[in-house]
Amino acid sequence: MPENIAAILPELWVAIGQTALMLGIGLGAAVLIGGPLGVWLFLLSPGQSLANRPLFAFVGWLINTVRSFPFIILLVALVPFTRTLVGSSIGPLAAAVPLSFAAIPYFARLVEQNLREVPRGVIEAAHAMGASELQIIARVLLVEARSGLVLALTVLAISFLSYSAVAGVVGGGGIGDLAIRYGYYRFQTDVMVLTVAILIVLVQLIQFGGNAIARTLDKR
Amino acid sequence: MNHALSKVPKAARAEPLIRLEAVSKSFRLPNGQTLAAVRPTTLAIDTGDVFGLVGRSGAGKSTLLRLINLLERPDAGRVFVAGQELTALSRPALREARQGIGMIFQQFHLLQNATVADNVAFPLRIHGKRSRAQIDARVRECLALVGISDKSYSYPAQLSGGQKQRVAIARALASQPAVLLCDEPTSALDAQTTAELLATLRDINAQLGVTIVIVTHELAVVNALCKHVAVVEDGHIAERFAVADGTALPRTGLGRELLRLRATPEEAREFERLEAAYA
Repeated sequence: MPENIAAILPELWVAIGQTALMLGIGLGAAVLIGGPLGVWLFLLSPGQSLANRPLFAFVGWLINTVRSFPFIILLVALVPFTRTLVGSSIGPLAAAVPLSFAAIPYFARLVEQNLREVPRGVIEAAHAMGASELQIIARVLLVEARSGLVLALTVLAISFLSYSAVAGVVGGGGIGDLAIRYGYYRFQTDVMVLTVAILIVLVQLIQFGGNAIARTLDKR
Repeated sequence: MNHALSKVPKAARAEPLIRLEAVSKSFRLPNGQTLAAVRPTTLAIDTGDVFGLVGRSGAGKSTLLRLINLLERPDAGRVFVAGQELTALSRPALREARQGIGMIFQQFHLLQNATVADNVAFPLRIHGKRSRAQIDARVRECLALVGISDKSYSYPAQLSGGQKQRVAIARALASQPAVLLCDEPTSALDAQTTAELLATLRDINAQLGVTIVIVTHELAVVNALCKHVAVVEDGHIAERFAVADGTALPRTGLGRELLRLRATPEEAREFERLEAAYA
């Protein structure tokens, strides 16, 4: 085994753990906060049950604005907020804050777009049967859009796997950070190749898993 | 029964199941203009009837149908179904009332990611007062009623158009409604499937006593199914008559066409002779 790799091996395991932590928190926030936000945005859109053009435009604008920030700038801009929230501005937990902040509007937009694919008539039929708004969300929208939502989460996971590399700037750690510190700054090409290879495998696995789940869920 | 009703004023005695009172509905078009889809219209439909709404496309017949269960809320006027004024109900009360009004559509509108059984169980589950066993039993009953018991575990994508519409009918009947609203239910189906579906609808009316209101542009459907028909033209009811009434003298083109459909060959020849004579 090349010398450099042997030396960083213990760090590699830590890095993989850090990546998993950042990704887990970011995706968790995306699903728990971005998901409902996306459903709400969809219901505010013209022709839906909570249709409200000004509010729809405003929420959409807000989402676009957060999404406009280059991630590294968002990371730095959020430092004071991160410090109040986690008590520190460095480490994987701190890095998870801007990651979540970026993931929420991203996923909200993906959810909204996927719900648009649910045929109007199906929603209308549920109304005609006397379903409430919450029942329509839980039993119609999320059921009919479920395979698209899984694919949306897959896209999100892959994007944020690469965003998490930037988190190295605040000592967030992770696989990407390892690649930058050893592979790039110290010219340890073997480490670079290994970390990139790991990332490639991870991305392929996430995409393969996402596709497989989406396919089983899709009965259309 | 008559005794209890004898004190009721005469006009209220035969309360129709469905009553639209001077309802109107207009839509704002994307170009800023206003389209009067339904002009002030009054319509009463009796319990047990099979009532057809026919008209050219864009005449407002679908909007009229959708006013009955308030899928479209009228701009003005009142809607009564089974003695309840729907236009006066709160949202929760309206949801409750909609259990009594089934509806099927041209494009079926089934949940694609749910099995046939789950689709039929949908209206029962959202009004959760029934046990799982009760729901399962009712689902089986409804699927048997429309003749697709063997498709319980299939998904809609695996069914033909006619089968999908049967699932939709089973779903609409699950909560034992008094009324079944049908919006162009056969327009996506071929002639043979249409005939079979109409037979099922006829049975549902005759055996379960479900009142049917059907919107269609196909006069053959009215002829085969309906007891009464109203011709909708330009957002209002131009005329209504009993389909089997030999003495009806329809004024509208559609009404006359319908009569011609019913005519024997001799009558049809007589028709043509008369029309030629008056032309």
